[in-house]
Amino acid sequence: MKNIIDARGLSCPQPVILVTAKMKEMASGEFTILVDTDTAKENVSRAARSNHWVVGSIEPDGDGYRNIVKKD
Amino acid sequence: MKGRNILSLSWGIVGVGAVIGILAPVLQKLGNPGNMGICVACFERDIAGAIGLHRAEVVQYLRPEIMGFVLGSLLAALIFREFRPRGGSAPIIRFVLGVFAMIGALIFLGCPWRALLRLSGGDFNAITGLIGLAFGIFIGTMFLRSGYTLGRSEKSRPATGLVLPLIMLGLLILAIIFPVLEGQPKNGIIFSSIKGPGSMHAPLFISLAVGLGIGFLAQRSRFCTMGAIRDLILFRQVHLFSGILALLIAALIANLVLGQFHPGFMGQPVAHTQHVWNFLGMALAGLAFALAGGCPGRQLFLAGEGDGDAAVFVVGMIVGAGLAHNFGLASSPQGIGPHGMAALVTGFAACLFIGFTMREKLT
Repeated sequence: MKNIIDARGLSCPQPVILVTAKMKEMASGEFTILVDTDTAKENVSRAARSNHWVVGSIEPDGDGYRNIVKKD
Repeated sequence: MKGRNILSLSWGIVGVGAVIGILAPVLQKLGNPGNMGICVACFERDIAGAIGLHRAEVVQYLRPEIMGFVLGSLLAALIFREFRPRGGSAPIIRFVLGVFAMIGALIFLGCPWRALLRLSGGDFNAITGLIGLAFGIFIGTMFLRSGYTLGRSEKSRPATGLVLPLIMLGLLILAIIFPVLEGQPKNGIIFSSIKGPGSMHAPLFISLAVGLGIGFLAQRSRFCTMGAIRDLILFRQVHLFSGILALLIAALIANLVLGQFHPGFMGQPVAHTQHVWNFLGMALAGLAFALAGGCPGRQLFLAGEGDGDAAVFVVGMIVGAGLAHNFGLASSPQGIGPHGMAALVTGFAACLFIGFTMREKLT
């Protein structure tokens, strides 16, 4: 569970703050972030790209999305 | 309809900013007040006046742009399957933030949208307002960095997301049933200004059409004037900022073309020259928007896509407008109101209290 961030239900910009902090903490590797709006999904992807990480996959998950963010 | 959201890409947000930047001066040309083609705060204040929440006779009109923003966003959210009824993330806090966001905006005399439009029309008093806005948002980012959160919203029944759009539809129906009558301060139950900014408006259906169009585009692009500055400070990210820059440049060009660019500090429409209060008013508004997670326009678009918490913020702003005019907190072209300073101190105290107390570690 350590590498899963639950950002569902959080207002802007908290999903991005959480994903940015995780990327900084891990430096490389893979983690999952759960979001419940399309806006948060887009913002997480944008934050990953601008920090030179990639979004491996985005899967629908319940009412939201499960994003896999990674860096080799 | 699902697929790649083109309007959320860099050129999408620039395009939407430019469209708003062109349409606002056009609305002014068609009758809206000076440098106020669109102003979310002012227009919600006019709506508050139209339904009698305050009796400032010069600012009463049911502005169809606001109804269009919410209903256009609802339409986009339904078409693209983004309508998600939700709520329960500290609604009373959001209400209070809405109240003080409005009071701060009315001390400056405009929301962030109008601050940009005032500057594009040559009103240099907007500069201190915009710097104040950025300062207020900067304080907000310090809280966000230290774990500020209003907590999670929960999925809810459709009514949670539909109540504000239905209120807007109701107001629109009232605007059609009780249209403004030339020289009459009231038609049925609806007040309307016979002089002042409230008496100046583009034709109802043009205002509504522009509002619907902007609401639709802004829901898709996530356009947010507060987020633009916040993301720049917090993440060094220019995505949303490129949208407000496009708005400013497009509006400047549109104003030059339409002969509406009048540079200077003095004699600007619906503006005062008290720079300290312009700065502090917008700083309060900026802080409240940052703590609530969106500018006043964005709150309308979020409310349209089902966010009941954003809807509470909107209602807070409308009630805040009533308080601002009933208690002499709002400014006028002569300067700040008799109790504007007291309202500022109270507003900052309330926002700082909320900022310091609503913090937790999220995982």
